[in-house]
Amino acid sequence: MHDVVVTGVGIVSCAGESIEAHLEALVSKAQPKTDGDMFPSYWIHPVGAVEYDKQIPKKSDQRQMEPWQRLGVYAAGLALDSAGVKEDVELKHNMHLIVAAGGGERDYAVDGQILTGMRDAANPGAYLNERLMNDIRPTLFLAQLSNLLAGNISIVHGVTGASRTFMGEEACGIDAIRIAHGRIRAGQTDSILVGGSYNAERPDALLIHEMGGYLWKKPFRSVWERDAEGGGFVLGSGGAFIMLESREHAEKRGATIMAKLEAVSSDRSVRTSGSVKKALTKAWNDVGATASATVFSGATGVAGITAEEQKALSGLASNGKIHALGDLVGHTIEAQTTMGAVLGAAQIHKGDINEAVVTMVGHRRGEGALRLVKA
Amino acid sequence: MANTDKHGRTLVAVTGIGMVTALGQGKDDNWAALTSGRSGIHRITRFPIDGLRTTIAGTVDYLRPTPSCAPVISEQLADMAAEEAVSQSGIGSKGDFPGALFMAVPPVEMEWPQREALAKASGQTGDITYTDLLKGAATGQFKSWHELFIFGTVADNIAEKYGTKGSPISLSTACSSGATAIQLGVEAIRRGDTDAALCIGTDGSVTPESLIRFSLLSALSTQNDDPEKASKPFSKNRDGFVMGEGAAALVLENADKAKARGAKILGYIIGCGEKGDGFHRTRSSPDGTPIIAAINDALQDAGVTPQQIDYINAHGTSTPENDKMEALGCMTVFGDHMQNVPISSNKSMIGHTLTAAGAVEAATSLLTILSGRIPPTINYENPDPTIPLDVVPNVARDAQVTCVLSNSFGFGGQNTCLVISAEPVV
Repeated sequence: MHDVVVTGVGIVSCAGESIEAHLEALVSKAQPKTDGDMFPSYWIHPVGAVEYDKQIPKKSDQRQMEPWQRLGVYAAGLALDSAGVKEDVELKHNMHLIVAAGGGERDYAVDGQILTGMRDAANPGAYLNERLMNDIRPTLFLAQLSNLLAGNISIVHGVTGASRTFMGEEACGIDAIRIAHGRIRAGQTDSILVGGSYNAERPDALLIHEMGGYLWKKPFRSVWERDAEGGGFVLGSGGAFIMLESREHAEKRGATIMAKLEAVSSDRSVRTSGSVKKALTKAWNDVGATASATVFSGATGVAGITAEEQKALSGLASNGKIHALGDLVGHTIEAQTTMGAVLGAAQIHKGDINEAVVTMVGHRRGEGALRLVKA
Repeated sequence: MANTDKHGRTLVAVTGIGMVTALGQGKDDNWAALTSGRSGIHRITRFPIDGLRTTIAGTVDYLRPTPSCAPVISEQLADMAAEEAVSQSGIGSKGDFPGALFMAVPPVEMEWPQREALAKASGQTGDITYTDLLKGAATGQFKSWHELFIFGTVADNIAEKYGTKGSPISLSTACSSGATAIQLGVEAIRRGDTDAALCIGTDGSVTPESLIRFSLLSALSTQNDDPEKASKPFSKNRDGFVMGEGAAALVLENADKAKARGAKILGYIIGCGEKGDGFHRTRSSPDGTPIIAAINDALQDAGVTPQQIDYINAHGTSTPENDKMEALGCMTVFGDHMQNVPISSNKSMIGHTLTAAGAVEAATSLLTILSGRIPPTINYENPDPTIPLDVVPNVARDAQVTCVLSNSFGFGGQNTCLVISAEPVV
């Protein structure tokens, strides 16, 4: 079995575009950047103006993507830079990718026009066909497809070992890291770039979660303090990637090892009262976490499950700090676990902590934890 | 017989196969249709076809889902395939599958009937915008649609019903997704993470918008007049693929454990190969190197030479680009031997089941081995002279097939190949 190590990290969110900015925000505990104007009566954590040119030099590439893909390609580029492999064509040629992704993004104006027109159309089906045939951009499809974040990373950064895209909200984020860890540990491959991204600045993202009643619509409050008032999450825009390698592979190329990814555990449980606490406790024990671990919790703020997680963590991490990623970057769904892994690895590398545990409790399903330790 | 493969790894056996397509439900009906050269492509009746450039597809129309939308159809198809595969394998007990779930599912999103309902619920009588849709959503009347249209639901429902173990994986590698689901299962068993895996590819996403999206990329055949003749892989006059729906499921097991419980082994997945392509979002590198690398990777992983491959189950979409590149890739890897290797495309009859295709074709590859009969490439009346391959034209052929290469290629530079055999190659 091979040790699995983190040799590079990339992150972009409402807290900024660098590790340093994120670590400062983690310490300062300042309220994250929040916007309530973009979509009145809804809050989001916007990413702000990102200098995409730095990681996606060709404007033609930028135009072929929607924001969620640009954020992901940007963060992936930062991780490759951080790992010192950006210019290593041969290494990237063999490097694998696992991306945790949603998809979607639409032409909002076109959707609105079609819905308006369909209401009075004599033949709504025929009208829909005609408008879609004429009004949607042919390339929009590629900017919506889940696996095209990976495809764009291959095109822009030349990471072409092979890619796999996992879907399924929060759980797929930790599963992507779990499978990557398993493959490297067993020697099935020796380097995988893994991560994801999310764009909250889009009404269709708000829409799907508003239907379920999952959005926090009051002024900002820590995820730990929302339960009494109904709970909910505030979506955040961002992207996060980590570069995983076998220790041998990393050492052979003289890479800086930031942290060791010790273990990853994830599962699904039927949600009943107490199931989250039980599942988290099992994951915590599976990864061998100790009471003094620093926790990066992916807690959503959704009523019930976040309170249960808080209660569980206060017992499990009785001697450690507990950070809520939602209070730092908002809820980035598929990207959330990687956000935590990036910060945990960065803090370990900096020498601030020796052990980091990232927890994941999906708003509908999925519970898990991963553990990073000093390399 | 040795219990490990050439690389000293656990052998991965197939003990259950399930399949559903436009040709029918179950592997027996599908196999009868495929080997008699029957097409499942027909005029679309699910939604109005006015104004569409393509009006045909291989939809599965005998389901009556409510609501009729991609995630519900995809889940029903997956359920049928899984039921057949799990029941054939005899593994575990009802609702208690002792292994992991790897599931290729189409990316889903809310569809037009739901958008219309939200718009209506908003009470807006003027121009509709997303502000109105959000207002409709805020009424709380549409709670169940949140669950319906998030990405993890289909696999989670299947995991719950079959009692698979661990966190279910929902995945997409575009048109090679089904093969990737199998590859993930093979790798997990080889690692010892699990002794069994339920690997499914499913796709029930023929909706007006999905069809139009492919249409706008000029990916679909527009030869609508005679639907059954439209999908014609490797023909000179091929003009695009025909969308299809379907699902296939394989039960994979650690071969030792399968034997120990007395299971009937239907075949082995002996090799998986893959290679990314950074050339273009929809097109392959013009020199075919990634396709070549994926095929070579699969052969190497299986520990076989091109000479040991008896048949290739082609990706064979019937697009000008794919068939040309796939032929180039096969001819490069197999050299002169390619003259002796039959290669046929199930998509000539089923259409392109997209997310499901890799799993459907792995299932038919196994049936080819088990029955000693190669399904044809139908509608092969006008051969493409630049593709000098034995495509098993129009009529099925009896042949002893021990080892099959199954190719899957997709948008986003996805290339995945599987090597499937009757007996382990050691």
